Amino acid sequence: MNNNQPVYTDNDPQDGLVTLNLGPTHPATHGVFQNVLQMDGERIVSGVSTIGYIHRAFEKIAEHRPFYQITPLTDRLNYCSSPINNMGWHMTVEKLLNIQIPKRVDYLRVIIMELSRIADHIICNTIIAQDTGATTTFLYLFQYREHIYEIFEEICGARLTTNIGRIGGLERDFNEVAFAKINKFLKEFPAALKEFESLLNRNRIFIDRTKGVAEVTAENALSYSWTGPLLRATGIDYDVRVSEPYSSYQDFDFEIPVGTSGDVFDRYLVRNEEMWQSVRIIEQAMEKLKSEPKGIFHADVPDFYLPGKEEVYNNMEALIYHFKIVMGEIDAPKAEVYHAVEGGNGELGFYLINDGGRSPYRLHFRRPSFINYQMYAKMSEGMLLSDAIINMSSLNIIAGELDA
Amino acid sequence: MAKATNTELVDLLGEKFGEQLFDVSEPYGLLTFSTTKDKVIEVLSFLKENGKINFNFLTDITAVHYPEKERIAVVYHLHSMVSGIRVRLKVFLHENDPRVASATVLWNGANWMERETYDFFGVKFEGHPDLRRILNMDELNVHPMLKQYPLEDPNRVDKKDEYFGR
Repeated sequence: MNNNQPVYTDNDPQDGLVTLNLGPTHPATHGVFQNVLQMDGERIVSGVSTIGYIHRAFEKIAEHRPFYQITPLTDRLNYCSSPINNMGWHMTVEKLLNIQIPKRVDYLRVIIMELSRIADHIICNTIIAQDTGATTTFLYLFQYREHIYEIFEEICGARLTTNIGRIGGLERDFNEVAFAKINKFLKEFPAALKEFESLLNRNRIFIDRTKGVAEVTAENALSYSWTGPLLRATGIDYDVRVSEPYSSYQDFDFEIPVGTSGDVFDRYLVRNEEMWQSVRIIEQAMEKLKSEPKGIFHADVPDFYLPGKEEVYNNMEALIYHFKIVMGEIDAPKAEVYHAVEGGNGELGFYLINDGGRSPYRLHFRRPSFINYQMYAKMSEGMLLSDAIINMSSLNIIAGELDA
Repeated sequence: MAKATNTELVDLLGEKFGEQLFDVSEPYGLLTFSTTKDKVIEVLSFLKENGKINFNFLTDITAVHYPEKERIAVVYHLHSMVSGIRVRLKVFLHENDPRVASATVLWNGANWMERETYDFFGVKFEGHPDLRRILNMDELNVHPMLKQYPLEDPNRVDKKDEYFGR
């Protein structure tokens, strides 16, 4: 049963193979990943992935926490796009409670989610370039991630682990500064992305390093349950935002970019195109917001929407509700629900079983990074080590989401 | 292809498996049913390979522990990308000897999902090529997601579960 246990030492000096520990802490892996590789010169003969270095037992913790205390746990799954996780979780609970969300809230959420998708893709694509040796592009585009975080800061006060929103909507409305910052971002980002693309898309060195590397067929990708940009790069147009629209994505006009060969270059192109589409969605959402009644930023669900702090400190009723919600005293239906959102890396699913207690009976996260990563060791067989590094960057595996 | 409906699916499955599928329900529009542990691969491969419904995509495998019933339920989420619907299949196993056939014969992606389920619930997937722990350390001698294991250190007196939720 233990034939795939990693071999940490060179146990057969005669076989001509060298054992190489890539990770757990290696600058090129951008996270805590260990791969024990058997190397024949520069070529990988076989590899075993060891994961779980930052496992924090979120599913166990979630069984002992009321709904609002689970939101900060979801922050720490894919911490490059926490708002998507937060809202995915809130939408799961809203689905459980059958809460109708006002359109304006949906559009505000869409803006936040698409901004975080751009932030996520900026990280992945600039890192691919960085790993191929192109530091310039990394420095050019990465500042826009900072601008996105400034927008989040304006909306919820936090930057990376945002804990954004509430069950039923958002904690507060976007203020003028936030809208101004989003407009500024929409004006400046396309030029920067264009510049980024013109530096790489037809760059001979970049193409030589990425084209044809780690090709994956659509059949193989489906068999390994790949989702997100990785699956789309193989040519399958599966996107949760389109197949099961949540948060009013059906109101928006956008395209799903697909690749053909599923190699690193295609994944890079798909992610770039998705950033363009996200910009398009945000522009449409900003336009739609103009015709929505102002000032609505949450649904009317006093049983689950935390009252504002101003009220809690001055009003007895609000204080009671605040206490009841925080302690999970309010009954939720006994039911099971699966809700999926399109995260930065693919289908992020929440499988929630509620038994009427204060906390979920069982909560399972379908984490795209965990499922996407399992092909990595197999893919690397026969690959050059330098290609395997680029391959890992393009999979965009986030350690928090991998290990939960 | 037109979007298949849950009723069509129930009819089709009823025709093929009859009494072997039970507990059919539709929470939040997601068709859910259970089967027995010796039928699970047959049901999964029918769902996967039948051209009419085509559940070609394995979304997730996980488990749930029900200590009062002495059961562990292994839960499969499948997705038909062709007709755009999902389905949930459950197999209830006895908690003393949770064994079920591995779905790795149908999907490569089942490998790590089953390893995770084994790691946390101790479900033994028969025919799995490499059933080792995945997130926890190899030396751990419990399956931590089973309900009998508390979250906090039971020897602590300042942190009782009832003050913090369950």
